Amino acid sequence: MSAAIETEGLTKDFSVGFWRPRPYRALDHLTLKVEAGEVFGFLGPNGAGKSTTLKLLMQLLYPTSGEARILGRPAGDAAVRQRVGFLAENPYYYDYLTAEELLAYFARLFGFRGADVDTRVARVLDEVGIGKERRLRLRRFSKGMTQRVGLAQALLNDPEVLFLDEPMSGLDPLGRRHVRDLILGLRAKGCTVFFSSHILSDAETLCSRVGVLVQGKLVASGPLSEILAFELKGWEVVVACGPQLHAELATFARTVTPLSDGHVLLHLAPDAEPDRVVGELTRRGAHIVSINPVRETLEDYFVQVVGATAGRDTSGAGA
Amino acid sequence: MRTIWIVAGAAFKESVRDRVPYTMVVFAVLMMAASYLISELTAGQDLKIIKDLGLAAMSVFGLVIAVFIGIGLVSKEVERKSVFGLLTKPVTRAQFILGKYLGLVTTLAVNLSVMTVAYYGVLFYMNGMATEAMRAGWPVPATDPRLLVAVVLIMGELAVVTAIALMFSTFSSPLLSAMLTLGLWVSGHFNGDLRQFEQVVDQPAVAWIARGLYYVLPNLAPFNVKAEVVYGMPVSASHVGFTLLYALTYIAALLVAAVAIFRRRDFR
Repeated sequence: MSAAIETEGLTKDFSVGFWRPRPYRALDHLTLKVEAGEVFGFLGPNGAGKSTTLKLLMQLLYPTSGEARILGRPAGDAAVRQRVGFLAENPYYYDYLTAEELLAYFARLFGFRGADVDTRVARVLDEVGIGKERRLRLRRFSKGMTQRVGLAQALLNDPEVLFLDEPMSGLDPLGRRHVRDLILGLRAKGCTVFFSSHILSDAETLCSRVGVLVQGKLVASGPLSEILAFELKGWEVVVACGPQLHAELATFARTVTPLSDGHVLLHLAPDAEPDRVVGELTRRGAHIVSINPVRETLEDYFVQVVGATAGRDTSGAGA
Repeated sequence: MRTIWIVAGAAFKESVRDRVPYTMVVFAVLMMAASYLISELTAGQDLKIIKDLGLAAMSVFGLVIAVFIGIGLVSKEVERKSVFGLLTKPVTRAQFILGKYLGLVTTLAVNLSVMTVAYYGVLFYMNGMATEAMRAGWPVPATDPRLLVAVVLIMGELAVVTAIALMFSTFSSPLLSAMLTLGLWVSGHFNGDLRQFEQVVDQPAVAWIARGLYYVLPNLAPFNVKAEVVYGMPVSASHVGFTLLYALTYIAALLVAAVAIFRRRDFR
């Protein structure tokens, strides 16, 4: 497999302050490789440098140092733009053009002509779920509808590499499901997808690999299967029982939490032998509502990594 | 070149649907109201006043359109981030600037054409309403085709102003771009005074700076031949030719500067 996206020491400094400008490092020596056909999730808290990275890859920003290559060519190369799609965060287009006109305009910029333009425009609008609104001027579009138009324009040229900056932003649950299915469909077709997000459940569903960016630095990256070792962290058992049994529950579990519906949630240790505990509880008259293993989620991992980085920086600053 | 025309086509469509039609309506209403009122209030001078007023209105409305849409086409795109969608397509930044410029100049040309038709319509109406004796008293015919020379030079001036607005909008905010463009437009009409500056100051350094400014700032006075055409005075073909050549050269320099600035810009 060849790398679809490669960065080597990619760094971006901005100048902040009007009277006494001082440099602010938004991205710090990012070295990254995304293989062709991967769905790569670029995660990080707000202000971590995710959008800056995407803009550097699309050459909307010029790097202070380092380099980026897409499909083996320098980022920003005209031939590369022909083969990639990009959706900006909170996209905005022209108020007085309709969705159809905007997409026909962009399709012509890709070099498509005549009936091919109309066919492509109709196809991508169908793909993102825009129906009769396609002939409305974009100024009348809601945030979610504009986001869909943004996705449609990113798909116009059947891109080999697709860059999406917060693609789920502004979408309702149905829209999010739609976009998730769309990305999965693209993955099945072999398209490389590089998307930034702070919605971790989406990343968990879609990504083969993730990178975590904190304060401009890549603090972790790797396949999701390695990052989330799927280590068992314990068991959650929900039981229904009479009040006389409540006092005894603590002897079976690490924590006991009464739930609003009258049931009780027990957290068992990973080595607690759930069969034995369930059998014992049943024998004493409890009814088992559910039992689930607890494993590490991407959110746990994210909180752990971001927290550790923030803590290191705080202690470093204090030293 | 195809890409430049595609960008120009979209910029034209966007600006025509924006404010230009309303400006044209305002212009037409103003023209009609003025012609009616003036023909009621004045005797003998009404045709000259309407010719003057019409050309002045074309200049002013054209300037408003050139400045406000000119600065909007780039700086608002950057501010609203719609530029991201375009610059991530196979479009170079130079093609973006040239396309936007051509789109706006086309908008201005269409707008000015509509105003010219309305202008000649009013003059034709005046001509029709006048008696034979009144028409005989006019030094030049009401629908004198030489008025078009002034319109062509107004278009030339607006094309220069648009390039100025576009150049400023590649690096400054919409408000600052508008102020700087209007400032240059005003100074452009008094540029000729800088040439005579050395005759009124003794210090050679000041005279040298004034002469330098004379060559750098746009010289817009030659574009104004309204008085000449209204009074039927001759405007030589060489004057028109050299003025338009000057406009083309100045526009080319401004667009080169705009592209050079825009190429280096970061879009945050």
